[in-house]
Amino acid sequence: MSLLETKDLVKSFGDTHAVDHVDFTVGDAEVLALIGSNGAGKTTLVNLISGLLRPDGGQIHFQGRDVTHQSVNDRIRAGIARSFQLVNLFDQLTSLDNIALSIFARSGKTRKLLALAERDRAVWQEALEILHLFGLEAKATIPAGAISQGERKLLDVAVAYALRPRLLFLDEPTSGVSTREKAPIMDTITSVVRRERISAAIIEHDMDVVFSYSDRIVAMHQGAILADGTPEEIRRHELVTLNLLGASPA
Amino acid sequence: MTTLAVALEHRSSARILTYAVPIALALLLVPLVFEQYHTILLTYGLVMAIAALGFNLLLGYTGLLSFGHSAYFGTGAYVVALMVKYLGVRSMELHLVGAIIGSVIVTGLFGVVCVRYTRIFFGILTLALSQVLWSLAFKFFWVTGGTDGLRVPTPTLLGVVTGQDDKTAFLAHAYYYYVLVIFFAAVTVLWVIVNSPFGKALQAIRDNEVRAEFVGIQIWPYRWVAFLVSGVFTGLAGALWVPLNGLTTPDVLYWPFSGEIVFMTVLGGFRSFGGPIVGAVIFNYLKTYAVGLTVYWQLFLGVVLVVLVLSLPTGIVGTAERLLARARRRG
Amino acid sequence: MDLPIIPLLNALLYASVLFLIAGGLSLIYGVMRIVNLAHGNLYAFGAYVTAWSVGAVASGAPTAVLYLLLPAGALAAAALGALLEPTLLRPFYKRAEEYQLLVTFGLLMILEDVMRLLWGPYPLSASALWEQMGSVTIQGNLYPNYNLLVIAVGATAAVFLWAFIYKTRFGVVLRATAQNMRMASALGVNINRIYIEAFTLGCLMAGLAGAIIVPSQSAVLGMGVDALVLSFIVVVIGGLGSLEGALVGALIVGVVREVGITWFPEIELAVLYLMAAIVLLVRPAGLFGRP
Repeated sequence: MSLLETKDLVKSFGDTHAVDHVDFTVGDAEVLALIGSNGAGKTTLVNLISGLLRPDGGQIHFQGRDVTHQSVNDRIRAGIARSFQLVNLFDQLTSLDNIALSIFARSGKTRKLLALAERDRAVWQEALEILHLFGLEAKATIPAGAISQGERKLLDVAVAYALRPRLLFLDEPTSGVSTREKAPIMDTITSVVRRERISAAIIEHDMDVVFSYSDRIVAMHQGAILADGTPEEIRRHELVTLNLLGASPA
Repeated sequence: MTTLAVALEHRSSARILTYAVPIALALLLVPLVFEQYHTILLTYGLVMAIAALGFNLLLGYTGLLSFGHSAYFGTGAYVVALMVKYLGVRSMELHLVGAIIGSVIVTGLFGVVCVRYTRIFFGILTLALSQVLWSLAFKFFWVTGGTDGLRVPTPTLLGVVTGQDDKTAFLAHAYYYYVLVIFFAAVTVLWVIVNSPFGKALQAIRDNEVRAEFVGIQIWPYRWVAFLVSGVFTGLAGALWVPLNGLTTPDVLYWPFSGEIVFMTVLGGFRSFGGPIVGAVIFNYLKTYAVGLTVYWQLFLGVVLVVLVLSLPTGIVGTAERLLARARRRG
Repeated sequence: MDLPIIPLLNALLYASVLFLIAGGLSLIYGVMRIVNLAHGNLYAFGAYVTAWSVGAVASGAPTAVLYLLLPAGALAAAALGALLEPTLLRPFYKRAEEYQLLVTFGLLMILEDVMRLLWGPYPLSASALWEQMGSVTIQGNLYPNYNLLVIAVGATAAVFLWAFIYKTRFGVVLRATAQNMRMASALGVNINRIYIEAFTLGCLMAGLAGAIIVPSQSAVLGMGVDALVLSFIVVVIGGLGSLEGALVGALIVGVVREVGITWFPEIELAVLYLMAAIVLLVRPAGLFGRP
């Protein structure tokens, strides 16, 4: 049984089927790339699974349980977390604060009204360690709005990671970042993810990144899954090369 | 590697004591130094400061601008007045308990309706609900005394001190210290709340609602609790205000009063903890002297509010902090 | 059983005025995405200007002239709006919403006292106009003809607005800007001009409401905030940003209020709020609103 399984998932906006009867799976400790041209339905699929949108049909099963109608909060508690394509952080708070918030929320401590946040050393220690994991500890006391784009992208992932999920969705973690920064960012992300045996589903447009870092690639087109396989299989897949990769395989 | 100590140092709570303690000491000495009139004036200021602090939990920390806080202030004030009228209760402590209970009920109810909505809707909804309360105070005039209001004699403090003999002396001494103690308590409690994990969650919701949700913070329960705490502090202020005023009228529920609370908070600076306190005290003096000068008090308030928002959006405290920081950098 | 014509007419009367105010609020929001908290005071301003001009000219002037003065309030409110948008509102479009709310709230306080300054704290009436029109007998009761005029004006305004927004070129540009401001701007639309025109139109509507109602009820201080609160109920029900919503919402509020007054006069406002609260809970965007 897979970690995540969607059955016949459907989401329409008016007449368009953004997600068209999709059966999508993610296995344990797997790094998966979700590719497809703009409008293929990748982000909608992630939005459906993470709970931002409700499906018009179909089911979502996570760790064997039906989460189709669960709230965002319940899904996070179950172990699904995500980062955002347009970096979504608490810009006025420091990097450390951003991570600490995830930890406070995760452990239910945000219910505490009459306790000083800074006294909880354990939380801050863990936050600092996570920043260190992502190579961001130098920016601990800098507001998230003031760090570079690449660092913001990493922080966005780190904030989601701090929720200790089993499944992490990353929506274009290297978009807007210069080419030479992409590899270090992906190296960091994948090393963290693999070491903790977290499954990651990464929406990506950069094919170099896709082929270098993923165990498995799922290609979408016009709301449906076109192909699903190892990088080698995908590279040789006719429809994929036709629709997505442009040129014929070398 | 950045140590935890370094990371947290610039935000140590202990630092606030460096200026809080001198101010507290100064406040303790006021009745001994100043005339009774000025002490009573400051008491008004402290009471409004509690209301403004409560209000700012919503605005500055949760990002919700309420135009209807007069509803909670008025609830506190009317609970006290009605307790005296119908139950004959003279104990200030019981008044405070009653006011808190009343505020919890009204704020809780109003909050359920208001916090689901975005800024504009939230603002007008709070205004509208406070107007309903105001109109009820009129309609049920046989209960509330209508426009004449309800007279409230001075209460007994701690069952011992009464204002029977010399009301002014009572207000300028015993009552001042009573209010001051509650003021210190209110400031401490609110400061802890604002710096608690809950407070951090509120600020997260304020800054980025979507992200807060995706970090596992449920939006409207947190907002509702913030609303509740905010309303209760304001209601508490309303109860404390009654002995000073001696009379509870519907004016205290009317929208311009909400406007004053908004104004004093913006004047002091809503992005800092102490801003509302400074704003409330200054505003109180401003009002006392200006009302004697002109009938067009609201015009003055409106103009100053617009000017503030245009040029000094961080208010007095915020601007002062900025200037201090600049001076420090140069010096 | 007789059809309750008079209550129905009263409901329509109330709805006509509310539609104009709420419609103006909704129009401004639809195009500019701002809510002017002082909008109710533009309605009050319209009422005061009309009452004052009628009163200033009154003695000896032929009634026809007095009727021509009715729109004075509408035009004054429109002029005020045209003055306010570029000076007080435009600096805030790019800033946090709190500042917009604060500045329009400040404006609310300013306008309230300006009206007090100009016209004093006592009600100002223009009842001559109302009396002049006499009354008609409906189902054995006398009903003021002036009220019928108000309903007619309201209905005409609704039709005219609909035509304006859906049938003219300006209306197309307005709707385009409402849907996608950046796109409209990229296509060459002068956003600043559209904004000032939309705002002026919204204020004209509010001022017109005040102008036509003042003969039957005086202009008083505080009427602006009451109108704001009521028009808010209308847009909650009908949806903010929708003119049809303002129309439907106004009609519903008019009817409910009429029913409420007959049965529970004490808690009339509370009944309206209850209704608004129910709508908010069930359909947060209102019946026609955009979420």
